[in-house]
Amino acid sequence: MFGLDKKDGTLLIIVAILTMCAPFILNPFPADSAMAQFNAGYPDLMQRFVIFGIFAIGFNILFGLTGYLSFGHAAFLGVGSYSAVWMFKLLSMNILPAIILSVIIAGLFALVIGFVSLRRSGIYFSILTLAFAQMSFALAYSVLTPITNGETGLQVTLDDPRILGMSATADGSIPVTNLFGLEMRAAYDMAVGPWSFTFSAGYYVCAVILLIAFYLSIRIFRSPFGMMLRAIKSNQTRMNYTGLNPKPYTLAAFVISGMYAGLAGGLLAAMDPLAGAERMQWTASGEVVLMTILGGAGTLIGPVLGAGMIKYFENIFSKINEATLHGWFDFLPEPLENATVWVLEHFVGAGWHLTLGVIFMLVVIFLPGGLVEGGQRIGRLFGRKKAATKAAETKPAE
Amino acid sequence: MDAILLQILNGLDKGSAYALIALGLTLIFGTLGVVNFAHGALFMIGAFCAVTMQRLFGLSFETVDPDKTDFLGNPLKVKTPYLESWFGPEVGGALIDWSVPLAILLAIPVMLIIGYVMERGLIKHFYKRPHADQILVTFGLAIVLQELIKHYYGANPIQTPAPEALAGVAQLLPGVVYPIWRIVYFCFAVLIIGAVFAFLQFTTFGMVVRAGMADRETVGLLGIDIDKRFTLMFGMAAAVAGLAGVMYGPINAPNYHMGMDFLVLSFVVVVVGGMGSLPGAVAAGFLLGILESFASTTWATTTIPGINQIIIYLVAIIILLTRPRGLMGRKGVME
Repeated sequence: MFGLDKKDGTLLIIVAILTMCAPFILNPFPADSAMAQFNAGYPDLMQRFVIFGIFAIGFNILFGLTGYLSFGHAAFLGVGSYSAVWMFKLLSMNILPAIILSVIIAGLFALVIGFVSLRRSGIYFSILTLAFAQMSFALAYSVLTPITNGETGLQVTLDDPRILGMSATADGSIPVTNLFGLEMRAAYDMAVGPWSFTFSAGYYVCAVILLIAFYLSIRIFRSPFGMMLRAIKSNQTRMNYTGLNPKPYTLAAFVISGMYAGLAGGLLAAMDPLAGAERMQWTASGEVVLMTILGGAGTLIGPVLGAGMIKYFENIFSKINEATLHGWFDFLPEPLENATVWVLEHFVGAGWHLTLGVIFMLVVIFLPGGLVEGGQRIGRLFGRKKAATKAAETKPAE
Repeated sequence: MDAILLQILNGLDKGSAYALIALGLTLIFGTLGVVNFAHGALFMIGAFCAVTMQRLFGLSFETVDPDKTDFLGNPLKVKTPYLESWFGPEVGGALIDWSVPLAILLAIPVMLIIGYVMERGLIKHFYKRPHADQILVTFGLAIVLQELIKHYYGANPIQTPAPEALAGVAQLLPGVVYPIWRIVYFCFAVLIIGAVFAFLQFTTFGMVVRAGMADRETVGLLGIDIDKRFTLMFGMAAAVAGLAGVMYGPINAPNYHMGMDFLVLSFVVVVVGGMGSLPGAVAAGFLLGILESFASTTWATTTIPGINQIIIYLVAIIILLTRPRGLMGRKGVME
């Protein structure tokens, strides 16, 4: 199907089903039950899942496949956001030209930075990308204020000179981003008994784009080009000796991953038309590294899983507070309850970063293949077809 | 002329912090070959040692002062720090002022222990793994340390004033005044750097470590337990970062993300100086500090807008592209 072999085709179909049914899957608890806070099926969060999934898929092509650890990819995300918002300000509120522009601009930006950074490898490459990203961040924050609106961030305003479409709607508010008239904010609520499911136009646009991005990444992974990237990762010196110049391949991988990041940035702006410099900070680049490693660098589905997990932590775990914990553990005797809550409260709410850091360290130490490898290990533990799965499994990153 | 002197002073001052952190970072890289992304977090822990000491000594309880009354004649409650009530106002008050020097005494063993535990418990298992893994695991550790600090000390910056005697400004030349603490910081940095170099240069221990940096295997074959010494060097590097942090508190109020802020800069410094080169790290630290300081002048920012924000990265990029081994790096280190 679509030029994929059976295994990849199945994976694509599974991902398609998961993304299309996400409003159901992520909302397993009735709306007014105590567990409702674990529901992640609201449009805002679901959009983040898929957008950061796209970001991580792109990053994986550079890091997981080619083995170059970039600490500056947030710069492309930021550039994508800025270009999209400018498109909204100047051309129209249709998201299609905005997204196309953000991909192109991010690609050009990546071409320049990649061309320079890829002259070095290893830690030097990481530091170079980091330096470029910090430079872009500092410039976006200060000097480029006419373009980026400095620390306030770039927003659409009422007096934007939009060429196609109006500057303001009839009732004097800012028009909403749309796809040929389909408003991104439009949502349909479905109530089934005590459950409530929300289907949002914005989410489905992002989900379809995620599927396309995912499909493209499978094709890249399975192509001769992907093979070349793997070869670069495993031993670049040996490649040089065979007479192959790795530079065009690494540069192509860098630009492709930069375009994915730009696409993610453009989508972020399409869902919520504003862009700020903090999106370009190096800690934001660190986040996508965390996502990719956590899920499993070098695997197809890993980055998406990692992105989903981190965003789930960020939005759901951070909402649990001390009172909630006391509610959960009130069946314990009082001192025991207090002790349990005291330990756990470090890891939830504002402390969710701590949980994330600990999990991340454990993954790097014990599970270099990330969640995907964890899943495979569990699968192998219970599975019967030991030898068969072993041959077909995706190689985790080293 | 005075303006230039002032910029150089400012630069040396910024450079002191860069040089101290980069010194520890490059010490770890040179001995163990580990890229430590948690080094900024160690700097932060040092700064919070000072915060802890100040809190400890500043702790106070309310007592009724019989000599003081408010305008209605009621006895007035006054806050008396523990130390003052225990040792009397003179000794106690002086002790509070000594919280920063005392924090240094606290920070040395604390940082040595943290460094030792970190190396034995975590880094040791990463020698054989690629640099990317080392970066990742220490990055994770940095997040954990940062969050722990945030949890116990809050997200807001915490003021740690300098001891009263050193809090003011000094007249260096007619027309040139400069905060005393910053001069102290510079002198302190020079002292620490000198001590590290002297330790490596003039002690047998240092000689063995230097030999190990040059050729670990041969030193090992001579029957010397080089690993143990390297572990101690890791502790020392941590202590240097910690001390830099303790003394940095009065210059900029410590906050939980200062480690990450300094980390990127200190990596740039290390790369510019040459990875694994100790004199390179120190020289690059001061050099970049001075460059940054000159780039912040109004003349520079009006000529090239934003130059003060990007100068360091710009230098780093140019150095990396033209001379990847850095100013004083050895040939062949990760080229």
